[in-house]
Amino acid sequence: MISRIEKDHRRFREIVRGRIRENLRRYVSRGDMISRKGKETVSIPMPQIDIPRFVHGSNKGKGVGQGDGDPGDAVEQGEGEGDGSGKAGEGEGQKAVEVEVTLDELAAIMGEELGLPRIEPRGSQNLETVKDRYVGLRTTGPESLRHFKATFKRALRRQIAMGTYDPQRPIIVPIREDKRYRSWKSDPKPQSNALIIYMMDVSGSMGDEQKEIVRIESFWIDTWLRSQYKGIESRYIIHDATAREVEREVFFSTRESGGTMISSAYRMAVELIEREFDPSNWNIYAFHFSDGDNWSVDDTAACIKLLREQLLPACNQFGYGQVESPYGSGQFIKDLRSAFGDEELLITSEVKTKDDIMDSIRDFLKGGR
Amino acid sequence: MPLPRHLAQMQIEIEGYARDYGLDLFTTIYELIDYRQMAEIASYEGFPVRYPHWRFGMEYDRMMKSQAYGLSKIYELVINTDPCYAYLLEGNSLVDQKLVMCHVSGHCDFFKHNRFFSHTDRKMIDGMANHASRVRRHMDRHGVDPVEAFIDTCHSIDNLIDPWLPFRANLADEKGGARSNPIREPSGEVPINIGRLSSDRSYLDDYLNPPEFIEEQRKRALQEREQAKKIPPRPERDLLGFLLMHAPLEPWEADVLGIIREEAYYFLPQRQTKIMNEGWATYWHSKLMTTRALRDDEVIDYAEAASGVTAMAPNQLNPYKIGVELYRDIEERWDTGKFGKQWDECDDQQAKEEWDLQLNLGKSKIFEVRRLYNDVTFIDEFFTMDFCRRHKFFTFAENRRTGRAEIETREFKKVKEQMLQQLTNFGQPFIYVVDANDHNRGELLLAHRHEGIDLKLGYARDTLRNLVRIWKRPVSLLTIIDDKAKRIRFDGTEITVSEEKAAWKLT
Repeated sequence: MISRIEKDHRRFREIVRGRIRENLRRYVSRGDMISRKGKETVSIPMPQIDIPRFVHGSNKGKGVGQGDGDPGDAVEQGEGEGDGSGKAGEGEGQKAVEVEVTLDELAAIMGEELGLPRIEPRGSQNLETVKDRYVGLRTTGPESLRHFKATFKRALRRQIAMGTYDPQRPIIVPIREDKRYRSWKSDPKPQSNALIIYMMDVSGSMGDEQKEIVRIESFWIDTWLRSQYKGIESRYIIHDATAREVEREVFFSTRESGGTMISSAYRMAVELIEREFDPSNWNIYAFHFSDGDNWSVDDTAACIKLLREQLLPACNQFGYGQVESPYGSGQFIKDLRSAFGDEELLITSEVKTKDDIMDSIRDFLKGGR
Repeated sequence: MPLPRHLAQMQIEIEGYARDYGLDLFTTIYELIDYRQMAEIASYEGFPVRYPHWRFGMEYDRMMKSQAYGLSKIYELVINTDPCYAYLLEGNSLVDQKLVMCHVSGHCDFFKHNRFFSHTDRKMIDGMANHASRVRRHMDRHGVDPVEAFIDTCHSIDNLIDPWLPFRANLADEKGGARSNPIREPSGEVPINIGRLSSDRSYLDDYLNPPEFIEEQRKRALQEREQAKKIPPRPERDLLGFLLMHAPLEPWEADVLGIIREEAYYFLPQRQTKIMNEGWATYWHSKLMTTRALRDDEVIDYAEAASGVTAMAPNQLNPYKIGVELYRDIEERWDTGKFGKQWDECDDQQAKEEWDLQLNLGKSKIFEVRRLYNDVTFIDEFFTMDFCRRHKFFTFAENRRTGRAEIETREFKKVKEQMLQQLTNFGQPFIYVVDANDHNRGELLLAHRHEGIDLKLGYARDTLRNLVRIWKRPVSLLTIIDDKAKRIRFDGTEITVSEEKAAWKLT
């Protein structure tokens, strides 16, 4: 029998799920979830779940405290409460209610809301990862794996057997034969692996808001793909007139000026795939975000050639998201569309404002590739 | 599960010490439970069974998480019933269990003797179980969703009750005031009495009863009668009771609202006496442990646990600590006679420091205090300038520029004022029902007695929405926003905020 509290608890989780679904669009476009991301969970501010009451508004952070200090000194923020008690005289409902959900749950909610199909991985059977597990002890090994307790037990046993153990002076000295080391077994495990290559135009015409859109969108794409694959690699390429591979943090914070040569990024992506990721073993996803203001017609032609001959054959899917910028002509998306028509592997999507992010994510992921 | 023998013996030992000191407890039943059960019972505010609702599940979620992260551990849980139920956490050390039993003895004595608890239902375990089965029945009959949604609505106003209602003689009938929910009373017409003086000399009549005066009296009486016809006759704080009596509710809705109201009144005294109650329990665990119950080898563990209880974060008040310090201060003052006119008027610092009349009234004084006071009166009466200075109290406020909390002042008057403000009505706004027939259109009018702090407007709006769901007609609230008198009204579709000519005053 399940206990009463578990029923109440389940009901609570249901409600949370429902509220997240209802408000997903708003959560997505605000992007405040990303900053609250922990390792496997996000905490989501959920004022709607709070019960409204007549309460006092801000009392301008006033209160009574105890301790040393002169007027004007800062009061340290106290952590924790004594013994699970409430705080004296503090009004209720001062803290915004936050609810924690796992990233997997979040992905599932998004999948439901957007009607995303599950992805059929390809090439998974060929790829094995090896997982090591400590299973027992053996007599040889590196000192770093020495099993302390077992070693001392052996030594104690030996000393007692040899009659050199003195209970009054219990000194045990292990010798080489006493030493025991952890041993491991390697388990090969089939695994479906995926690579996501994010590319972003960081030329002068891409402003903060455009980058924010890219940041939010890639967070959700990441979350979804991660829920579909066991192992995921993410790589980040930024480009203006030239491209370079960067760390995740740099990717979202860089601002360069200068022109835009999209082909430089595509070329780098091709090189990256050739160098490290065999398309027959990896599910490769590439997403490129730009304001669509490419340097020249020639470069656009080069891009189309790279896509057709090298990138698209290697990828499960290639997504091009075009953000709107006050400076850009936005020509690139038109060029792509006329060149590829209804090619399934290439998906283009325009993201004018944060409100379009959800639709754009759906465009990118609805194919279930 | 019956208590293991060593704990049962420990209980007998500790309750013996408690009685020696004059504590008087309800029969106390301890149960040994694991941390999951503890979280469950704590989510249900100490009761094994409550009506089904997701709020309890949310509390459980929070508690299990904070236990898993090691942020907090619930040591003890005790409820105000007779017999009194208390819970011990399985796997706590024996010193901890001892400490908990001493602490619980303090709470139990407090429940039994503090006058604010005198009207509470001591059989509330049954009461709660009864409420649970009633709500379940309504859910079976009308569906989970509507009942749950209605409970949400009721929770939104469950703080709108009148703390003094249980003590008002005319309402405290035999079944016990707030506990029994109100019933509509038929109202009869009473002839107007304007206090005309009688005389057998008719020519004196104009002098004894001047016509203008009589006319004035008649008007006033008529007005009073009009007033009495008004619903409510006078502004009233027990909104829950008022709705129960006057709102157009389905029978099941009325039953649910009644349940929420009964429980709100049951928990009220605990909110009124947080500092006093925790202080009293802390005073006694410290006393019982250090003078009687503690064994030599337990001292360190005890000290650690006890210091955790009274630890003070700089920007918040720990009711355990301030409570216990106040009781100790009172005890010391009444032992040495540091009270009364003579003491107050003494200017001689030297004499004050050496003051000792050897009255030894301390113990009987703290027992009296625990019987008669609540947090507000406790602080008002015993939080002295001397105490404030010795324990380094200060007020803090947020510095607008830096956004950090800074010490504002250590001035006694300001500290006390701030403290009382935080405690009065639990730091919540005073809301009154003013008129059930506002605009002569059956609209409900509420008013906020503004005491210097505005309402949180988003919440106020949402609460009005919920009220309309119960009242089924427009509901308005008079309040003050940024020093301007305003009326917030929700008519079922739209919230409007309009200017009022003058701010509402309680007359």
